[in-house]
Amino acid sequence: METILSTHGLARTFTTKRGTVEAVRGIDMTVERGEILGFLGPNGAGKSTTLRMLTTLLPPTRGTATIAGHDLARDPVAVRRRIGYVAQRSGVAADETVRDELVFQGRLYGLTREDAVRRALELADDLDLADLLDRKGAALSGGQQRRLDIALALTHRPAVLFLDEPTTGLDPGSRAALWDLIRRVRDEQRTTVFLTTHYLDEADALSDRLVVVDGGLVVAEGTPLDLKTRYGGSPDAGLQDTFIAITGHGPKPAEPAPLAL
Amino acid sequence: MPSLFTETGVVFGRYLRQTLRSRISVIFGLMQPLLFLVFFGPLLRDVPLGGEGDSWQTLVPGLLIQLGLFSAAFAGIGVIIEKQLGIIERMRVTPVSRSALLFGRVLRDVVQLLVQSLLLVLLGIAFGLRAPVAGVLIAFLLVGLMGASLASLSYAFAMRVRTAQEFAPVVNSINLPAMLLSGILLPMALAPGWLDTISRFVPFRYVVEAIRAVFVGDYGDAAVLQGTLAVAVLAAVSLTAGVRLFGRADA
Repeated sequence: METILSTHGLARTFTTKRGTVEAVRGIDMTVERGEILGFLGPNGAGKSTTLRMLTTLLPPTRGTATIAGHDLARDPVAVRRRIGYVAQRSGVAADETVRDELVFQGRLYGLTREDAVRRALELADDLDLADLLDRKGAALSGGQQRRLDIALALTHRPAVLFLDEPTTGLDPGSRAALWDLIRRVRDEQRTTVFLTTHYLDEADALSDRLVVVDGGLVVAEGTPLDLKTRYGGSPDAGLQDTFIAITGHGPKPAEPAPLAL
Repeated sequence: MPSLFTETGVVFGRYLRQTLRSRISVIFGLMQPLLFLVFFGPLLRDVPLGGEGDSWQTLVPGLLIQLGLFSAAFAGIGVIIEKQLGIIERMRVTPVSRSALLFGRVLRDVVQLLVQSLLLVLLGIAFGLRAPVAGVLIAFLLVGLMGASLASLSYAFAMRVRTAQEFAPVVNSINLPAMLLSGILLPMALAPGWLDTISRFVPFRYVVEAIRAVFVGDYGDAAVLQGTLAVAVLAAVSLTAGVRLFGRADA
């Protein structure tokens, strides 16, 4: 096994007018190459803050992390070259075509114009976007937009793909298709997938391993089967009950996706 | 690894295409100065303004500054919308230089401002403005640098606020006094002592006076040097502030 991501005491404190808030108090974890890791926790557990630190968007207050062999604090640019990130909100501009977005993304990763165009066509073929190349962002369905988000994040063939609640707001058909896509990305390229989700069925179906956080700390980790056996009482326990047994409370219902602006 | 120059070009290309597609923003920024040119300019024709040159040579330089204030200073609005859509984060997880993300946008704003300035000057000429070509080119250089400064500050501020509703009132409440205190519509030479003193703290005043001087072909005037210095200092400070705020990891 080859460790692709490890954190040690990763923490983040926010200073607000009412004092300091310890959003993440110290995360220790390792992720192996080619794993699909489900990162779970109730609202406010520190999932998004952790994800924003691991994707170089937020500097940690304490602790260290190594991603694809690069130190997060010392060399964030090298980390950026090896990771892809799909945020909760789609990062697609309403008035840009799928083609322009894909090519622009390639250019941001340092490809020449010709290479960026070639890569855009490859990605469009691979993610079933070929017929949508000249369509604008605003005219894409939720599922199509997510596929484009993932295509953008895969432009540079990252070692680790971070997905923040990737299927929130999608209809069941698009959700199932996205699960297949995520599995395929991992199987074909051995891409490590690090995903947060509110949907326990999703975590159960997709993840090789789960890490449960609560109150800014890792409170449980293991395969879905492990956790069900250990905390839910039996291998057949529902993940919902297991989750409640671990955190002492149920996950809040997923917030509705923000309306398009 | 691509250079900062290449990356700036890539970002510039994206935003220039967006501007060319919508074109609304070009007209939007140009609206106020055009209204002043057409509905206010003719009133000044026989009024003694105390400076060199005729009323158009006094008014149009002021309108160029007003154009900069109303066009480039609102550039940050676009970033606020992009932040809300997650586009900024998507760009910031790529290895592209943060400075290129700023400079590419600023360059687009400068190009847009110069096109607007050209339209304004051409319309001014139709109304009776006469100015030497070299003077107009120097004016555009000063306007371009001022636009780059204002756009940088605008982006830096936009990175710190959440909504356009927080952004616009602040920019407006700085813009209007800045405009009045720069002697944009009438030269500050007409001002009483106290007003003249306050206006000396507003950098745009020196830029207006420099442009008025070059519009009458007076390139050796001390005002030209002062205006150039003022805009150079402003650009250095603003671009530094912009790079720092845009580059902050948690901005």
